[in-house]
Amino acid sequence: MSPIIDARGLTVSYRVGSASLARLRRRPDPVVHAIDEIDLVVERGASVGIVGESGCGKSTLAKALVGLAPLSAGTFALDGEQLGTRRTPQQTRRIQMVFQDPSASLNPSMTIGQTLRELLRVHDMVPAEQVHQRAGELLELVELPVSLLNAYPRRLSGGQRQRVGIARALALEPEVLVADESVAALDVSVQAAILNLLQKLRTELGLTLLFISHDLAVVRHISDRVVVMYLGKVVEDRLTEDLFRDPRHPYTAALLASAPRMGVERRSGDTALGSEPGSLHSIPSGCRFHPRCPIAQDLCRETEPALLGPTAAQHAACHFAWTNRPDESAHRGGGEPDQGRLVRMVTR
Amino acid sequence: MSVESTAAIAAAATPSHAIAGVERVRMPRRVWVGALIVAAYVLVAVFAPLIAPYDPLEQDIVNALASPSWAHWLGTDELGRDVLSRLIFASRVDLLVGFLGAALPAILGTVLGAVAGFRGGWVDGVIMRISDVVQAFPTYILIIALVFVLGPGVTSILVAFTLIAWVAYARLIRTEVLRVRSLDYVAAARASGLRPGRILWRHVFPNSVGQTLVYLPSDIVGATLGLAALSFLGLGIQAPTPEWGAMIAAGQPYIREQWWLSTVPGLVVVGFGLGLSLIGEGIEEWTRK
Repeated sequence: MSPIIDARGLTVSYRVGSASLARLRRRPDPVVHAIDEIDLVVERGASVGIVGESGCGKSTLAKALVGLAPLSAGTFALDGEQLGTRRTPQQTRRIQMVFQDPSASLNPSMTIGQTLRELLRVHDMVPAEQVHQRAGELLELVELPVSLLNAYPRRLSGGQRQRVGIARALALEPEVLVADESVAALDVSVQAAILNLLQKLRTELGLTLLFISHDLAVVRHISDRVVVMYLGKVVEDRLTEDLFRDPRHPYTAALLASAPRMGVERRSGDTALGSEPGSLHSIPSGCRFHPRCPIAQDLCRETEPALLGPTAAQHAACHFAWTNRPDESAHRGGGEPDQGRLVRMVTR
Repeated sequence: MSVESTAAIAAAATPSHAIAGVERVRMPRRVWVGALIVAAYVLVAVFAPLIAPYDPLEQDIVNALASPSWAHWLGTDELGRDVLSRLIFASRVDLLVGFLGAALPAILGTVLGAVAGFRGGWVDGVIMRISDVVQAFPTYILIIALVFVLGPGVTSILVAFTLIAWVAYARLIRTEVLRVRSLDYVAAARASGLRPGRILWRHVFPNSVGQTLVYLPSDIVGATLGLAALSFLGLGIQAPTPEWGAMIAAGQPYIREQWWLSTVPGLVVVGFGLGLSLIGEGIEEWTRK
């Protein structure tokens, strides 16, 4: 079976200044790559988490996949069918997005019912006489009372709005659902409910879920595979369990170490990510992470590491991800990521 | 008071969202007061022939410049015409120019500004540069020049107003469209494959017109005053058709003795403006909730 998502070399660039001015000053074209040659292959029915700091390009990746951000390079095939930015209604339907801020993602001048019915009509999802009924079913699907069809978004709570956002995406009966920070703006208790709903819908409807978040705990809960992004590149792409047990990229390790954990007191100087995240406007030479990396070598300053791994499900873009792997006996039990190990391993 | 304070509490309890969820929020009382005033003017204009005691054009030189009396409540003008009847009939042309003189530029400007803001790129560039050119001239000089070229009359005045006043509407709506266009619900509409025309009309426009609705009533006053000013200068409605501005101008020489000849039409204009301002302010308060 071919993968449902097969993206190769996805690049989204933004012009950040005048091209002619740059040419006059003999500088390269003023372009930043919000995402830079990203490969992403996802099997049908999978749940993939995409994590990284703000500005790493994870939202741009989501927008590129649903056709909101034009690709500068690369190809994206959905179930073998090439999709660009201009899509036919049939193509559009197949991959839909749930947005981040539920207070901004619903048209305030339309009722919930109007919002849902518009989509059902425009896309001819059901016969005209069933549109009203189908809108009600969609609300039931996301566990909302049908009476909310006549409500305006402002009367809904954040959690309810996000459920409507999910219902809107599901109205087109997509195969892939992209959730971009879809619980970040919600209370923690509501977050859990929305996550469980997404999980339930995924199994019931056989959806493929791309879950984008900066919150590792959330991603760990919902994904069976995690893609870690840094400055527009994928730095690690592993099965969730493996990644959390044994991160291979120093950036992933630092992210895991900096996540707050119950019952663990943070020692000062515990994280490697004290400095600000790098900027897309001045991408470091070689490995993009080297200025912040605790184990950076000369090689890292010169050569950009490829995203490699021993098996199809294990990839990391670090020169030392797999080569100097410490033996299993050095791996202390408990499954907690150990930030210090990688450092010692190289400086030894 | 109680209506307003209840609305204020309701507004504080729910996140405000421009024109967002205007449903359920009560219109402020001043809107109704203003609407009542404006409705009265409209009724007078519509039923002018039934209300006016005299023919507004009928001259009676012997009785010229008569003081108010039971026969002529507001006296007569320099040609002996009944001032009250002239005021009543004048409302027809003044209201027509006021409403159309605001509505036509509003329609033209809103369409151009919304398209400019939504499409961006060269469309935006062309439309906004044209508006820059119009705005570079002093408004009244431009209107006077246009009316002078086109010749006095209601049609040329409306054409002149439309060609010039659309700029304000275009800028107003464009700013709002630029703001709304970047919101997530518009991205969501695009991601769900809706056509640009539908997105602009159903998702962007309704959430962008709030400020325009606030501005519109005050612009009706502006158009009425503009007509009065043009008539005062002799470029507006030509004699003998009654018009408020022309009446103010005609009464000027007699301001010391027959002061009501200029003052009463002035007060009539002010009353109309007051009604519209109340509506405009009320709408503004309403959209803030």
